[in-house]
Amino acid sequence: MANLLYIFFTMVLVQNYVLVKFLGICPFLGVSKKLDSAVGMSLAVIFVMVLATAVTWPLYALVLEPNGLGYLQTIVFIIVIAVLVQFIEIVLHKYMVGLYNSLGVYLPLITTNCCVLGVTILNFTNGYNYVESLFCAAGSGAGFMLAMVLFSGVRKRVDAGNPPECFKGLPITLVAAAITSLSFMGFGGIMSSIFGIAA
Amino acid sequence: MSIAFAIILVTIVGLLGAVILVLAAKYMHVEEDPRVGEITACLPGANCGGCGYAGCADYAKAVVESGAPVNKCAVGGAACAAQIAQVMGVEAGASVKTWAVVGCQGEDGVCKSKFEYQGISSCAAAAQLYGGPSACAFGCIGLGDCVKACQFGAIEVVNGKARVNADKCVGCGACKAACPKKIIWMHSEPKKPVVMCANHELGAKVIKECTAGCIACHLCEKNCPEQAIKVVNNVARIDYSKCTGCGTCIEKCPKKVIKMPADIQ
Repeated sequence: MANLLYIFFTMVLVQNYVLVKFLGICPFLGVSKKLDSAVGMSLAVIFVMVLATAVTWPLYALVLEPNGLGYLQTIVFIIVIAVLVQFIEIVLHKYMVGLYNSLGVYLPLITTNCCVLGVTILNFTNGYNYVESLFCAAGSGAGFMLAMVLFSGVRKRVDAGNPPECFKGLPITLVAAAITSLSFMGFGGIMSSIFGIAA
Repeated sequence: MSIAFAIILVTIVGLLGAVILVLAAKYMHVEEDPRVGEITACLPGANCGGCGYAGCADYAKAVVESGAPVNKCAVGGAACAAQIAQVMGVEAGASVKTWAVVGCQGEDGVCKSKFEYQGISSCAAAAQLYGGPSACAFGCIGLGDCVKACQFGAIEVVNGKARVNADKCVGCGACKAACPKKIIWMHSEPKKPVVMCANHELGAKVIKECTAGCIACHLCEKNCPEQAIKVVNNVARIDYSKCTGCGTCIEKCPKKVIKMPADIQ
């Protein structure tokens, strides 16, 4: 259990997908303008990451790997995740209208988002088993949410400021993102001390 | 051989995905009311939020699903209301022309200034500094937060004071929400006068600050044949349910604060 929690919190703080691994920057910059849309997007990402891992892990371990086709993982995962997200969107629209209304707008945006693909592929690079992979995916999603929520607060202040003309818009946002990402370096090493596991 | 197997595998995965999606789309299709799309097409698509909904599509949905009134769109006006009514099969009802009025006459030279402001060019920021650079703490600051808020180019700052072009104004109220001094109000009576001042201070102080401010002399209140004007908190306010638009108050006002909409600059 300690091992699973270790993976979860490592993904949230130390190996944060957005601020440390720099994946999923597009929605991070695009949807972080408002807190409520940042939360909606993050919930959708958590949802899709866990489901994508649940489907791709057996596919890789049972079909690709035994046949020596590990190199196909990127292509196959993209197809599978894209189909999965579209399928979930249709199912939600039909049977869970409330959930569809809150997540539906964001689902197509993350169909083939690189942080979703990144989670599924890095699960194998790290040699996680099925349960560990699911925890890793949930932690990555939660880390994405943390980054989005934190940054939507930063963004509010940045947008109210009056930077030089050449910094207005995206440039000053990227500078702010860089500083936020720098602050996450402070978490390095904290997890192995807390859980007593060598990193 | 392994290449052939790889190609076959990816093809199978792709085909399987396609089949799943086609079946899902066929068997789990959700019937959407086609009228939502039709009404959205009738609306101007400005997404200004003047109707009180999140955007044009949201308003269209509200009309179809929860029976919202069809004449809420101020931008599209009567023509748009008629189109929506046709889609919904109901009577349109009158769409009232509403526009914004900046309740202040404190242009440069009319209203004195307290200090020279050199900060961020925004009324909201300036208002936090001793109530803004204008001597009158209630008047227009003139840095154009309303101009930035207006999606229709209907408002401009002339001579240090915001001015609304009533022909272009659609009455969405975005400028009203943006004004930190709350001196923009929505008016829908073309033949009834407007009080062009919001200063709640006593007359003697107003005279020192501005040559066109309401000094709470009560002449309008005393002379109004309909008792439609009341001086509340040292500034005249008109009750439009009583006002007949006779114009007596306009003649009596010594400071020329009360004006007909057509005469407002």
